[in-house]
Amino acid sequence: MKRFSWFNATALTLGFAFLYLPMVILMIYSFNESKLVTVWAGFSTKWYGELIQNEAFLNAAWVTIKVAVFSSTIATILGTMAAYVLVRANRFKGRTLFSGMIYAPLVMPEVITGLSLLLLFIGIGLDRGVLTIVLAHTTFAMCYVSVVVSSRLVSFDRSLEEAALDLGCSPWQAFRLVTLPIIAPAVISGWLLAFTLSLDDLVIASFTAGPSATTLPIKIFSAVRLGVSPEINALSTIMIAIVTIGVIGASLISKQASLKQQRDEQAAARG
Amino acid sequence: MRRFSLIAVPYIWLLALFLIPFLIVLKISLSDAALAIPPYAPQLDFAGGWGAVKAFFADLDFENFEFLTTDDLYWKAYLSSLKIALISTGFTLLIGYPIAYSMARAAPEWRPTLLMLVILPFWTSFLIRVYAWMGILSNEGLLNQFLLWSGLISEPLTILNTNTAVYIGIVYTYLPFMILPIYSALEKMDDSLLEAAEDLGCSRTSAFWLVTVPLSKTGIIAGCLLVFIPTLGEFVIPSLLGGSQTLMIGKVLWEEFFNNRDWPVASAVAIILLLILIIPIILFQRNEQKQREAEGQ
Amino acid sequence: MAQETLFEPWNDPNESPLIQFKNVTKKFGDFTAIDDLTQDIYAKEFFALLGPSGCGKTTMMRMLGGFETPTSGTIQIAGQDMNNVPPNKRAVNMMFQSYALFPHLSIYENIAFGLRRTDMAKGAIDARVNEMLKLTRLEKFAQRKPHQISGGQRQRVALARSLAKAPKLLLLDEPLGALDKKLRQDTQFELMDIQEKTGTTFVIVTHDQEEAMTVASRVAVMDEGRIIQVATPDVIYEAPNTTYVADFIGDVNLIKGTVELRVSSAPVNDPEPGAVAENIVDETPSPQPNKLGEWIHDKLLSPIIGERIEPIKRLPPPSTAELAASQEKMQTAQDGGLLLNWSDKNPTIIVSNGDETKDGATLTFAIRPEKLNISKTKPDAPNALQGKVIDIAYLGNVSTYYVELIGGQMIKAQMANARRLARRDITWEDDVWVSFTDTAGVLLER
Repeated sequence: MKRFSWFNATALTLGFAFLYLPMVILMIYSFNESKLVTVWAGFSTKWYGELIQNEAFLNAAWVTIKVAVFSSTIATILGTMAAYVLVRANRFKGRTLFSGMIYAPLVMPEVITGLSLLLLFIGIGLDRGVLTIVLAHTTFAMCYVSVVVSSRLVSFDRSLEEAALDLGCSPWQAFRLVTLPIIAPAVISGWLLAFTLSLDDLVIASFTAGPSATTLPIKIFSAVRLGVSPEINALSTIMIAIVTIGVIGASLISKQASLKQQRDEQAAARG
Repeated sequence: MRRFSLIAVPYIWLLALFLIPFLIVLKISLSDAALAIPPYAPQLDFAGGWGAVKAFFADLDFENFEFLTTDDLYWKAYLSSLKIALISTGFTLLIGYPIAYSMARAAPEWRPTLLMLVILPFWTSFLIRVYAWMGILSNEGLLNQFLLWSGLISEPLTILNTNTAVYIGIVYTYLPFMILPIYSALEKMDDSLLEAAEDLGCSRTSAFWLVTVPLSKTGIIAGCLLVFIPTLGEFVIPSLLGGSQTLMIGKVLWEEFFNNRDWPVASAVAIILLLILIIPIILFQRNEQKQREAEGQ
Repeated sequence: MAQETLFEPWNDPNESPLIQFKNVTKKFGDFTAIDDLTQDIYAKEFFALLGPSGCGKTTMMRMLGGFETPTSGTIQIAGQDMNNVPPNKRAVNMMFQSYALFPHLSIYENIAFGLRRTDMAKGAIDARVNEMLKLTRLEKFAQRKPHQISGGQRQRVALARSLAKAPKLLLLDEPLGALDKKLRQDTQFELMDIQEKTGTTFVIVTHDQEEAMTVASRVAVMDEGRIIQVATPDVIYEAPNTTYVADFIGDVNLIKGTVELRVSSAPVNDPEPGAVAENIVDETPSPQPNKLGEWIHDKLLSPIIGERIEPIKRLPPPSTAELAASQEKMQTAQDGGLLLNWSDKNPTIIVSNGDETKDGATLTFAIRPEKLNISKTKPDAPNALQGKVIDIAYLGNVSTYYVELIGGQMIKAQMANARRLARRDITWEDDVWVSFTDTAGVLLER
């Protein structure tokens, strides 16, 4: 039995207070009547109303979602392919370079990634807009996806694929009918990760977005630079709420699934 | 054939959108600034044949790097980035370790929930989390209101737009990166090791320092590097929470590029930043390797 | 097993083998997993590859399945060269060690998986799956997922799935490794039953010698990428060709010494084959090499068809008389054979089945613990050695006695506990006689 002391309880309480209090305060003040964010002047939802009427924010949100959906989907496909190559193809020319290119973007400062992509797009004369942001986000998100998927593939019992081949599948059929359904949870969480990264990204998007396409983080950043605004609080509250519901929902579903599996296994053990 | 395209598609994508852009940065860092579009020279002109290519290479030089050494803005920015990254990594460890340790001691049925509570902020927008502190740390912010109300201070403290705010911002946003690896190292630890240490005459405190801390070493190293590496090139936190005197290289690069439009110098700044990052990245890789080997046994 | 119909295709010159390994070598980098291996396996055999981990047995099986390609040499199945045939184009199926059941598919769909890859009609697939479910007694579980059934049931699903396509050859990779001991024994007999019913050729890989002995028609003992001995289980046990095999299969006492011809023996260079056999009164004759045939082979045929392979000295199963004798009284020694000088302080060991051409060589005498008898008084037996009981391990059905012979050689003897604690008249520190017949052990070169 682990010894859980008062020290532990205090550390956890203070730790989580530190993690959550700023966000809670931010959410509370989104319902503040006053324009001055720091002075409480009564409950109101008027900032939400203003937010909905703010065309610029809505347009930016729409662009952001479009970019996130496209880039995370392409990144998931490419990242899964890359993970497959990393885990399964042990020997081919340039493997070291390949794995280097997968891992480097994870530690590369965003300013450098953004700068280098911008220089490329200018170099080849590609107009900056939604397309360039999608290309940029796909590139760094696919690396995250491939890390998530390859960690699942490493623990994947390879004999399952061999069994499929043995029973007459072509390699592609084996992947589609056996591997993909089994690694699907990792692929989905890779997609979600790519999606969030894209939604969240400010730096790379700032470099690669042109005047025609502004994403929500760029919009928020330029608004926030001028100071705190209750409208941004309202927007943040909505985003935090969506994420919280999403994460808690997903974890409940996966918990339920694992509980069901446990019950099934116990039932099987009893005969 | 299939195998070939499986490798080729992601490979070519990364070559085109990661390696080539990086080489372009390298090349531009060796070029000279020019009042043109794009604002640097020389331009590589393949149409000019071999002679033009040779002339192009002859024009490349380390002038920008020399410039970086002469203007003390840059090396001060590098030094101050390193200092800020180091100090905030230290603080993150100091705050993160007790949390991770307490999580590992909590009852098993509580751990998934605690873990989710640590991960949840990671899914929330980074920008929003930094922004949340702006309202708290400002002169009329909640922290000052609270301190004034409690009578601890009589005049509001200036925290926002100072390095202190940057430290707070970094510790806050990167805390989960510190907690998770330490927690996963501590969670695997067998509790009977502590009992054995006490049985052999250790006090609880010395058992902690002699058993628990060494066993979580890989977690500590991983956590520190996960905080240190991204902090070094951080842009959002210093530009929102820091003041004009806060020098961080990510911010300098941004301003050099967008405000001064000096692409060659911005590229040179990026190259130096990468060179500085190589050491912690290699350390990180080694640490991961060690951990994998330890788990493989 | 073999007694009733005498299933021995490997001794039938008219049979052509189903599988032929021809000088197969497999290297992984610098490591040689299979070293120039040549071996035939016949249709309907239950062939076991036995050896410690890393001996190459799994590599051999994976080459049959098509998951590895030989570095050199060829593998033929039914006369067809398989080197460039991918696993999905082979009429070979494999049962994986982990069972490799598809976790996202039901038991029914797992079994149907292979059939759906062919152009078989839906109705036919359904009939075949139901047939397999019936064969493996899994009808009740058809709609369950693999994680909803027990380990033994999973094993049967894996078997059903690999048999569904009616392969010419079924490969089983440690098929019972994940089961507990009791279940494993039941399943062994089930496997043999199914093998017989379906008439499929089985090649099984195992590190469990008991399992190999139970199920296989022939056992190949492997070490470091080579097959050391291939023979029926009884020959492997009774007449191992090396100390490695003797030691790997069951328990054995090994005594090293030099051999000399037994002078008291009957004609040594008997020109007539079978003379020795005729002298054996109680035992069925074992096949003896024809001297003329050997000569012809060595002189004329060896350049053409390769070195003559020394036929394995096969001992017959113990007769009833022998069994009775081993309890109390020993018979007297037969003529011929060799004497083993192994210790100054002990008498020589009479080995009447020793190969007389080995006169003067340094050989190792191998004898199984259960072939030894222990008594307090000097028994009337061809071989009797004096020693002291150091330790006794009571194992329920048998007891193992650790006896230190004069001069320090330790020897293990196993005695059935036929009567309740009947043998307990022998106890620690007792001076005892260890005795055995002149044919109980074998002399080995390596």
